[in-house]
Amino acid sequence: MLARIHITLKKDVLDPQGKVIANSLSNLGFEGIQSVRQGKYIEIMLDGNDKNSATTKLNEMCEKLLANLVIEDYSVEID
Amino acid sequence: MKTHVIVFPGSNCDRDVAVAIENISGSKPDMVWHKNTSIQESDLIVVPGGFSYGDYLRCGAIASTSPVINEVIKKAKAGVPVIGICNGFQILIETSLLDGALIRNKTLSFICKDVYIKPENSSSIFTEYNNVAKMPIAHNEGNYFASDDTLEKIKDNDQIAFKYCNADGLVNEESNPNGSLDNIAGILNDRKNVLGLMPHPERAAEITLGSDQGKNIFEGVLR
Repeated sequence: MLARIHITLKKDVLDPQGKVIANSLSNLGFEGIQSVRQGKYIEIMLDGNDKNSATTKLNEMCEKLLANLVIEDYSVEID
Repeated sequence: MKTHVIVFPGSNCDRDVAVAIENISGSKPDMVWHKNTSIQESDLIVVPGGFSYGDYLRCGAIASTSPVINEVIKKAKAGVPVIGICNGFQILIETSLLDGALIRNKTLSFICKDVYIKPENSSSIFTEYNNVAKMPIAHNEGNYFASDDTLEKIKDNDQIAFKYCNADGLVNEESNPNGSLDNIAGILNDRKNVLGLMPHPERAAEITLGSDQGKNIFEGVLR
């Protein structure tokens, strides 16, 4: 099973990198950008095919290591 | 006096801290490799600066799961004084021994320069002296962040250890190098035996280095 995890900064956490990316896109002539927020994308290959227990395990991985819940949110998808 | 300095792959201030500790206390600290699973009786544990595990994932995140850290947490909870400097502060934050988070500097640049900090708390052994002190910072992720609730809690509980200020001790926007919330440069745990700070007191612990005002932070413990 392939798990895809997205980790993004929480809405109330300043994302200076996102701001700089937004500025650069504007400099390149792209119009209509309201804001940019950047984050991390992690792929994890797992044994088995039980999506429920995999989701529980992946949530635990995010909470213990992959995301810092003080500043980040995460979402988990399994193919 | 028994002191310990934790060494991770990528630590680069471990020997600076060891020299500062030896100069102040007269005895060499034990250097503890990150794979060790026990630390003997200790009067001070320092988690030094550097780039542990190449700052992979998030600064301090991988180090916070290394074998020795369980022992550091155990000792900290038993009341042993622990100081985390720079990357050491990031590691202690990732273990949840200290509240909040350290995010990318507001300027998006690595900042290496002298700053002034002043103690905000007089109830801990690290902040007994009351003077403005000059010492360097050298980091990319030192921008202290906490949720409103956490910030309120650490204020109410007197857990702010140091704030960035100017040479006269004035805490203002101009003296905040990295965008830290409320100019926070260092914080304490509830019990005030664990200190994390971004500035490097060990790099300002003898006059030859340009300032010896960093010494004060260690002296309360090592005296």
